[in-house]
Amino acid sequence: MGVGILVEHLNAWYGTTHTLQDINLHIPANHATALIGPSGCGKSTFVRCLNRMHETNPIARATGTVKMGDLDIYKDVSPVEIRRRVGMVFQRPNPFPTMSIYDNVVSGLKLNGYRNRKVLDETCERSLKAAALWDEVKDDLKKKSGASLSGGQQQRMCIARAIAVDPEVLLMDEPASALDPVSTSKIEDLIFHLKAQYTIVIVTHNMQQAARVAENTGFFLNGKMVEFDSTHKIFTNPSDKRTEDYITGRFG
Amino acid sequence: MSTAATNLPASPDANPPQRPPMDFNTSHARWNDRLRNGVNYLISGAAILATVIVIIPLIAILVYLLYKGASSLNVDFFTKIPAPVGEPGGGMANSIVGSGIILALSSAMGIPIGIAAGVYLAEYGRGRFLGNAVRFTADVLNGVPSIVMGIAIYALIVMQQKHFSAFAGGVALAIMMIPTITRTTEEMLATVPHSIREAALGLGVPRWRTTLSVALRTASPGIITGCMLAFARVAGETAPLLFTALGNQFWSVSLNQPIAALPLQIYLYAESPYDEWHRLAWAGALVLIVMIMVSVTLVRIFANRGALKGGN
Repeated sequence: MGVGILVEHLNAWYGTTHTLQDINLHIPANHATALIGPSGCGKSTFVRCLNRMHETNPIARATGTVKMGDLDIYKDVSPVEIRRRVGMVFQRPNPFPTMSIYDNVVSGLKLNGYRNRKVLDETCERSLKAAALWDEVKDDLKKKSGASLSGGQQQRMCIARAIAVDPEVLLMDEPASALDPVSTSKIEDLIFHLKAQYTIVIVTHNMQQAARVAENTGFFLNGKMVEFDSTHKIFTNPSDKRTEDYITGRFG
Repeated sequence: MSTAATNLPASPDANPPQRPPMDFNTSHARWNDRLRNGVNYLISGAAILATVIVIIPLIAILVYLLYKGASSLNVDFFTKIPAPVGEPGGGMANSIVGSGIILALSSAMGIPIGIAAGVYLAEYGRGRFLGNAVRFTADVLNGVPSIVMGIAIYALIVMQQKHFSAFAGGVALAIMMIPTITRTTEEMLATVPHSIREAALGLGVPRWRTTLSVALRTASPGIITGCMLAFARVAGETAPLLFTALGNQFWSVSLNQPIAALPLQIYLYAESPYDEWHRLAWAGALVLIVMIMVSVTLVRIFANRGALKGGN
C-alpha cells in the first residue's frame, strides 16, 4: 500500500544555487500527484529529495523535513533503505546493458542479496505484468539484453524494475518525455492502475498528461512551489496569476 | 526542378517565406560533388592503407618465425629440458611450464591490484590528492624501463632473500602489469553512463554493490582488453626476469627457486655460438608468440560466452 508524504520547509542547493526554496506540501497516499513547471524550476530536484538521490551529487545538499507516514526520511533511516521504499523511474530509460530482461527486472532484489529462484521468478512475472510488458517479452526473458528492447519497452521494464522491490512510493521524473505517443499512452494507463497500490509522484512537461493521470497538481517556478491544488482546480481556475499564465502558454 | 514540394499540404501560413530553389546542375555544383567524392575515396583509402601497414609487421614476424623455427619443433621440444652443451636434442619443457607459472603468479597479483586501483581512481579518487598521486604514479610506472624494474625487484626481494626465485620474477611482471590495468579500468569505468549507476542507487543498492555489480560489470569488456594487453606485454619480457627469476636449465616448479622462462631461454640460446641452439631459440620464439595469441583468444571467447542478444 502507498503511504502519504509530508514535506515541510524543504530547501535544496547545488553548490551555491538555491534550487528549492521552502517547499511545503502534502502528497496524499494512493493518489497520483503531478508536478509541472518550466525547465530548471526545481521539479526534478524536488522528487530527488524524496528518495535522497539528491545527495548522491557531491555538491548538493538539502535541509528540511520529509515524512513518509511517521518516518522522517532524513533522520530515521539510511539513504539506501529509503530508496528501497521509494522507487524511481528516470526521464530516459536506463536498463542495465549487461543484464537480461529478467535480471534487469529483479536486479533490485538480486543486487541486495535475494537468491530464492522461485521468489525471483514470481516477482519478475508479477512486475512485468503490472508494467504491461509481460506478453511482449515473456519468451526472451533470459535470452535478450534489457538494452535490446525499444525505448518504450525499456521504460516499462524500468517501471517493472522499480515496482519489483515493492516500494510504497513511486517517483517518476518525466517518464514519457523520451517516448512516442503510443508508448506514452501505455505508460499513462499504467500510472492509472498503479495508483491502487502506490503513491505516485510524476514530474511532467506535458500538461494534458498531468490532467489525465493526476488528482493533484503542483506548479513550480524558480525553485518555489507557487500553487498546489486539485488538478481540476489548477487547470480550470488557478488562484495564482503565474499558474494561469503558465497553463495558458503565456510563458514557459 | 521545383517538383518536390507539390505533394505537401498547403501551408496554413498565407504567405510562407520563399527560398530560392536549389540548383544542383551548375558546373560549380558538379565540381563540388566530384571533389567531395574524391576526398571520400582518399580518406577511406588512407585508412585501409594504415590498417594494412599495421598488420604487415605481425604477419611478417609470424611467417619468419614459422620459416626459421617450425623445423625445430618436435615432441622433444615440448617434453624435454635443455640438453647440455655439445649434446644434440633437448627441449624447452621447463621454460614453457616456468613461463606459465610466472605469468599465472603475476596475473594473480597484478590483475586484482590493478583493477582495484582503477576502481579507486574512477569511483572514489576523483579530484582527491591520493587519486591524483596514484594516477601520476601509474603513468610514471608505465614508462619505467623494464630492466630498471628487474634491478628494483632484485634489490627489494632477491637481495633480501639472498636467492633468485620464481616469486621475484612474478612480482616484477605484476608491477609492470599494474599501471596498464589501472588506467584502462579507470578509463572504462568513466565510460559507464551515470544514469546506469543512478538506476542501481535508486533501487536501494549500496554504493559498493553498485560499483562492483553494475559499473564494473558494464565496463568489463574494456577492462578484460586492458588485462590482456598487459598480459601480452609482460609475457615476452626478458629484462625484468634476468635479475629475478634468473632462468634454470633443470626442472623446477618451486616458487622459491630460480625458474626457467621462455624469454630467458630464447635470450640464452640466441646469444650462444651454436647453430643448434639458434634454431631452438627461433622455435622458442614461435611457441611464445603462439602461446600469447592462444591465451588472449581463449580469454576473449570465454568472456563473450555469456553475452546476450542485443546487449552492448
